Parts: sequence; C-alpha cells; structure tokens
Amino acid sequence: MNAFKELGKYSSLLYQALRSSTEFSTYRKNLFHELVKVGYDSVPIIILVGIFTGSVMTLQSAYQLQFAFIPLSTIGAIVSESILIELAAVISGLVLAGKVGARVATELGTMRVSEQIDALESMGFNSVSFLVVPRVLAGVMMFPVLYIVASIFGIGGGLAAGYFSGTVPPADFLMGARMYFYPWNVVFGFTKSFVFGFIITSVACYKGFFAKGGAEGVGKSTTEATVLGCIYILLADFVLAALLL
Amino acid sequence: MIEIRNLTKSFGDNLVWEDVTFRIEDGETTAIIGRSGCGKSVLLKHINALMTPDSGEVLIDGKNIFELDYVGQRKLRQRFGVLFQGSALFDSINTFENIAFPLRYFTDLSEHDIHDKVMAALRHVNLESAAEKGTSELSGGMRKRVGLARAIILEPQYIMYDEPTSGLDPQTADEINELIVVMAEQFDITSIVITHDMHSVLEVADKVAFLDQQKLSWYGTIDQMRQSNQKNLIDFISASEYQIKSKSSI
Ligand SMILES: Nc1ncnc2c1ncn2[C@@H]1O[C@H](COP(=O)(O)OP(=O)(O)O)[C@@H](O)[C@H]1O
Ligand SMILES: [Mg+2]
Repeated sequence: MNAFKELGKYSSLLYQALRSSTEFSTYRKNLFHELVKVGYDSVPIIILVGIFTGSVMTLQSAYQLQFAFIPLSTIGAIVSESILIELAAVISGLVLAGKVGARVATELGTMRVSEQIDALESMGFNSVSFLVVPRVLAGVMMFPVLYIVASIFGIGGGLAAGYFSGTVPPADFLMGARMYFYPWNVVFGFTKSFVFGFIITSVACYKGFFAKGGAEGVGKSTTEATVLGCIYILLADFVLAALLL
Repeated sequence: MIEIRNLTKSFGDNLVWEDVTFRIEDGETTAIIGRSGCGKSVLLKHINALMTPDSGEVLIDGKNIFELDYVGQRKLRQRFGVLFQGSALFDSINTFENIAFPLRYFTDLSEHDIHDKVMAALRHVNLESAAEKGTSELSGGMRKRVGLARAIILEPQYIMYDEPTSGLDPQTADEINELIVVMAEQFDITSIVITHDMHSVLEVADKVAFLDQQKLSWYGTIDQMRQSNQKNLIDFISASEYQIKSKSSI
C-alpha cells in the first residue's frame, strides 16, 4: 500500500477517535487501566533510564572537559540542560516505543485477527472509542509525567555520579544547574514528550487496529509499530527543535 | 424479516460476490453454504452492517440498514447475536465476565441480576461449571458455547453463527447443532448459520443459500435441495456427504 493511502487511513482513524472521544462512559474504565499500564508500570524503567543517562553524561562531560579551564559548575549546567531539553524526552520516548508501542500494537492486533474487534462492533460498541481513545489519551497524559520523572532522576543521577566519582562536587553541580535553568527548556521538553506520547500510542493503535493475517500479521504490526514509533519520534524531535528553538 | 437485495461486494479488484438476493423470514433458520473463501463471512458481516457493500441493500423490517447513521447501525447490531468462527472471546477477562460484558455496558442491571442472567445463559449452553475459568483453559467446543451464551445474553432477535462446528470433533459438533436448534425453538430466534458442513445444514436449517462462482448460485428449502439436480450444488453436497460417511465409518 502506498504512503498516501496509509496516511489517509491513519488520519481517518484519528478523526474517528477524536469524534468518539465524547463517549466518555465507553472508555472510562479502559482509560484508568491504560493510565496505570502506560504510566505507573513504566516508572521503574524510566527511573533506570534517567539515572543512567544523567550519570553517564556527567562522567563523560567531566572526562571531556578535564583539561579545559572551566568552572566545574559548567558540567552541572550542561548535564541538566541536555536532560531537560533533549534526553529525558527522547530517550524515554525510544524506550517507551518498545515498551508501550509494542504492547498496544500486539493487544489490538491480536484482538483484530481473532475477531474480538468485530465482536465488539457487533455488540454495538464503538470499538475506536473503546480501544483507541483510552490508549492515545493515556499516552498524551502519562508521557509528560514520565518526562518529569526521567528529568528528576537524570539530574539526580548526574549529581550523584559527580559526587561519587569525585569529579564534580554537588554544590558546583547544583550551582551550574540552577544558573542555566530556563523554564522554557522544561516547557520544550514537556511539549516533546506530549507529542511523543501521541505518536507512539496512535501509531501502535493504527498498526494493531488494522493488523491482518493471523499470528504472523500481529508480529509484523508490532515490529512496524515499534520501528515507526522510533523513526517518527526522531523526526518529530527534529521538527520541534526547528520550530520552537 | 431480512431482505438481501442485489448485494455486490469486492475488495479492490477482487470480486467476492455480486447481485446476491434472498430473504430470511422471521423464525426460520437459513444456512449459508459454500466453499471456503467464497465470501460467507463477508456476507454475514453485511447483514449487521459491519461491512458496507459496493451496491445493493439489506432491508430489515423494510429499512435499508446502510442508510442508517452510525448510532442507528449500532442499535441495529444489538438486535443480532453473533457467534464468530474462532468464538472471539475477550482473552483479558474470564468466562463469566465475557458473558456479563454486554450487560455491564448496555443495561442498568444490578450485580445480582447480572449474576443470575449469566448463570442462566451458562445453563442454556450446559457450561455452568466453567464460569470462573479463564478463556484460555476452555476447549474449542466450550469456547463456542461461551461465545453462544454471550451472543444471546442481550436477548437478540436474530443470531448468526459463523462456522459453528468447524474444528470440532463430530460429537461436539452435534452438541452444537443441537444447541442451535434449541436456541431457535426456545427463544423464537431467527438464525443464520454459515457452514460448509452439510451434516450441520441437514440438522438445523429450513432454507439454504449456496454461494458459488461469485454469486448466489442456488437458494431453496432443504427438500428442494435434496431434489435439485444443479451440478455444482450436487458436487458440493456429495463432497460433504463423502466426508460424513467416512467420518461415521471410522
Ligand atoms: N477485510 C478484508 N479485506 C480484504 N479482503 C477480504 C477481507 N475479508 C475477506 N476478504 C476476502 O474475501 C473473500 C471471502 O472471504 P470470507 O468471507 O472470509 O470467506 P469464507 O466463505 O471462507 O467465510 C476472500 O477472498 C478473502 O480474502
Ligand atoms: Mg469464513
């Protein structure tokens, strides 16, 4: 199928989702489940990603700048700013494309090929409202929260790594982080994570919702959801940087 | 009454069938037969407006269902119970919840009443003991019966079965055939049974619609079918009868 047709099908699914987002009673229960699955269940991996990103960045910046005559606080500034602007959103996004995107595509794909979606429709459900709306909503609601979690643990991890390696004293790290803190950076990262949450869940829903051809087809749609999710995140990251910076 | 008039459907360049016309009278059981891939399931999905035809209409009580808006179509679908080929049970919830599912969303019944209705439905399909089982623990025949219990829970006017006996051993298949007959008689339900199993047709059907060569190739009563000398129909039936005989000789 050509790209235009796919784009048309994707847009029309989103349009249906938008229209049926008023049927709150249909998806209320599912939304709650999804908020837990997308948000709460992702917290451990996001904490891990945050800590490692921050600490590796600190160690590497300290190494790269070890012969430069700059104040140590600069490292705190570089690390915290990079995390807030870019890393907390993008690295979490890529990890969640695997975790959330794959799960959503597999769930919906399995429901499609085993006729569970037809069963829903034949009972009189709006299956888009029942399945797609809560997943996309959970994505746009929880990704920004996860961004905050990743940022806090990223900066915390950087601070701790500087302290334990003896390269950057916490006081210097914090001073740098504070001196170069612009609220705009947080707004920017927050916006990114919102967009990534939308991309990952909507692409995964699309791939799963239109899966066909048994178990093999579900596998294919899961792979595509994950790969496309990653690619679109990187593209969106670029576009947002060009637009907002 | 359901009237199917000049219905034509294709997917891209692939014509499924064209100009299909027949009627399903209230209280009757109609079997739709044909080889696999001839478009039986696709026809079923037109009767409750899950799919839209290229042309033609389906009239239910005189109204063309494809002219209804989405809300109207959803209301219409609730007048149908459907048993899907693979049963289409929701695998994230257990047997009881599968059957209770439509009740929870579409009625205001109390938990107590829901429990009573679900257990009654399970009793109808002789599966009371399976209420708390997960759907993955059920055998193929049990899954069909749970699917059937779910299909009748909102007390539909029509029920459609997509290959209810395929993939089952002959004995279990017979039990399902019996259930189809019982459902039709006990609840006065109009039934549409899709199948390629002639044994099942002879057990349950009043009328037979035979899809072949991308059209409705033959339509009539069971007696007319026995007397028909239309070649492709005879071939289809005798292929199945050979199977029935060889099954019973094992
Ligand atoms: N959603 C669909 N998209 C494209 N082709 C389809 C779709 N559903 C069914 N078909 C095609 O329509 C034909 C009839 O399928 P089906 O009704 O499932 O046959 P059966 O008589 O075995 O139930 C097949 O060729 C199938 O590939
Ligand atoms: Mg079929």
